[in-house]
Amino acid sequence: MNGSPSLRNRLNTVVRDIPRSGIRDFFDIVTTMKDVISLGIGEPDFDTPWHVREATVFALERGATHYSSNLGYLELRKALAKYVSKNFGAEYNPESEVLVTVGVSEALDLALRALINPGDEVLYHEPCYVSYRATILFANGVPLAVETKAENGFRLTRAMLEAKCTPKTKVLMLNFPNNPTGAIMSRQDLEDIAAFARERDLIVITDEIYAELTYDAPHTSIVSLPGLRDRTIFLHGFSKAWAMTGFRLGYACGPAELIEAMMKIHQYTMLCASSLAQKAAIEALTRPDIDVGEMVSEYRRRRNYIASAFAEMGLECHRPLGAFYAFPSVAKFKLPAKEFAMRFLHEERVAVVPGTAFGDCGEGFVRCAYATSLDNIKEAMLRLRRFIGKL
Amino acid sequence: MDELLKLLQTNALESRENLGKLLNLPVAEVNQRIAEYEKRGVIRGYQAVLNEDQLNLDKVTAVIEVKVTPSREGGFNNIAERISRFPEVRSAYLMSGTYDLLLFVEGDNLRQVATFVSERLSPLDGVLSTSTHFMLKTYKRLGVLMHQDSTDERLSISP
Ligand SMILES: Cc1ncc(COP(=O)(O)O)c(C=O)c1O
Repeated sequence: MNGSPSLRNRLNTVVRDIPRSGIRDFFDIVTTMKDVISLGIGEPDFDTPWHVREATVFALERGATHYSSNLGYLELRKALAKYVSKNFGAEYNPESEVLVTVGVSEALDLALRALINPGDEVLYHEPCYVSYRATILFANGVPLAVETKAENGFRLTRAMLEAKCTPKTKVLMLNFPNNPTGAIMSRQDLEDIAAFARERDLIVITDEIYAELTYDAPHTSIVSLPGLRDRTIFLHGFSKAWAMTGFRLGYACGPAELIEAMMKIHQYTMLCASSLAQKAAIEALTRPDIDVGEMVSEYRRRRNYIASAFAEMGLECHRPLGAFYAFPSVAKFKLPAKEFAMRFLHEERVAVVPGTAFGDCGEGFVRCAYATSLDNIKEAMLRLRRFIGKL
Repeated sequence: MDELLKLLQTNALESRENLGKLLNLPVAEVNQRIAEYEKRGVIRGYQAVLNEDQLNLDKVTAVIEVKVTPSREGGFNNIAERISRFPEVRSAYLMSGTYDLLLFVEGDNLRQVATFVSERLSPLDGVLSTSTHFMLKTYKRLGVLMHQDSTDERLSISP
């Protein structure tokens, strides 16, 4: 670390003490290398659907270049409320219960900051998206990680939550379909969690950014279960299912009091989400079944391919059911996940992400994203087979 | 449409093993289904999608709109099938609108196509009129863009 120690001492201590994401270190190495096949990319390889891009250009020409209302364009909020009602089974008033944000990333930050008093505990499950722990800490919350297990399909159970929950626990964060494991939760699984949230009077933040990307069973949202809508902040966005990561557009739906509190932070810190991106999102909601359907079929085929390739080479992997990640176990090679990934990168020029980037319990696993072309996946699997043959 | 056909349409060279893996099917079933499609004539052949502009071939392609009179018994089929038999005709479609048949016709040069139109096509019984347009450049064929593929702009690792 360079820079003067005296400046470092003047940093906010929470910020100072949080390590930067494990993914970053790895990224810095990969970018110095040539001809690497990357299974490390957590975003779609598809282009944003053409009609969405075309409509964005049109919006720019027509001059959609000004601030929108803090909550977002009402037209978009109405379309979102309709989409959420149809696909997730919860009703929201577009005037007061929908907030358009700069990605799910901002929405997560707003939700936590709106809820947490210093010392409040937040339950979440690991392995998980790299931002969760840091975002909880930035909001002065106390992160309580619950480990999900491969033998359980990386699903969350009531017993796991009970073992960690205390009277100071205020919030439960969920992410299914899950990054990095590809796990999903059935309605039955979620009912147990919902009952627990009601009994312990927890507020639920559910990050359903991969909801459309499920391959064997349809997605169920916890907001659709009895009594949950009024204690839940539902987060979703356009990055994954619509391949719109760079547009930076997400949204939160929840009871008016919570959305109002999140809106206050958003109003003073962000003002509004990009107006152009909002116009793009309005267009994206006009034919989701077609746009998303095509991509889902392609991901499903890649998932099938990668799962059977792992099986053929004897690599243990719980069957990924959603998102675009496979999370095979490499524990039998008796190498730390990070070293496995490093050697695989240097010896075979394939990038995968060590499971430890997603929490300590990711040790012994690597994340392989199949959001890349089938040709790349085929070549990567050949190289993986060769690599593990040498171990 | 059967997902297997979709996959073959995008890459007919995909190995049967891989098709099985992608569709989560045993290879034997993949083989059997393809054999059936071939037998039924659903699959009529396998061709490479070429960007012919890159080959500098001495060749022209014309798109010809043809007005015809349908025959009493065969409707449009009789005349359309006759026309389709000429090897110069690469594709032929029955259309709605101001003309009836749309033909894609290839020749070595302009004169050859013109001769085809004036000496073969127009004199046929039932052909009322033709309108010929020459193709200048191909941007997309059979769903495939003909310009260079764009590169992947994504970061090499992301969360
Ligand atoms: C679980 C999860 N939540 C949120 C995000 C961030 O999404 P956005 O692009 O909407 O900020 C990601 C991106 O990888 C993710 O995997």
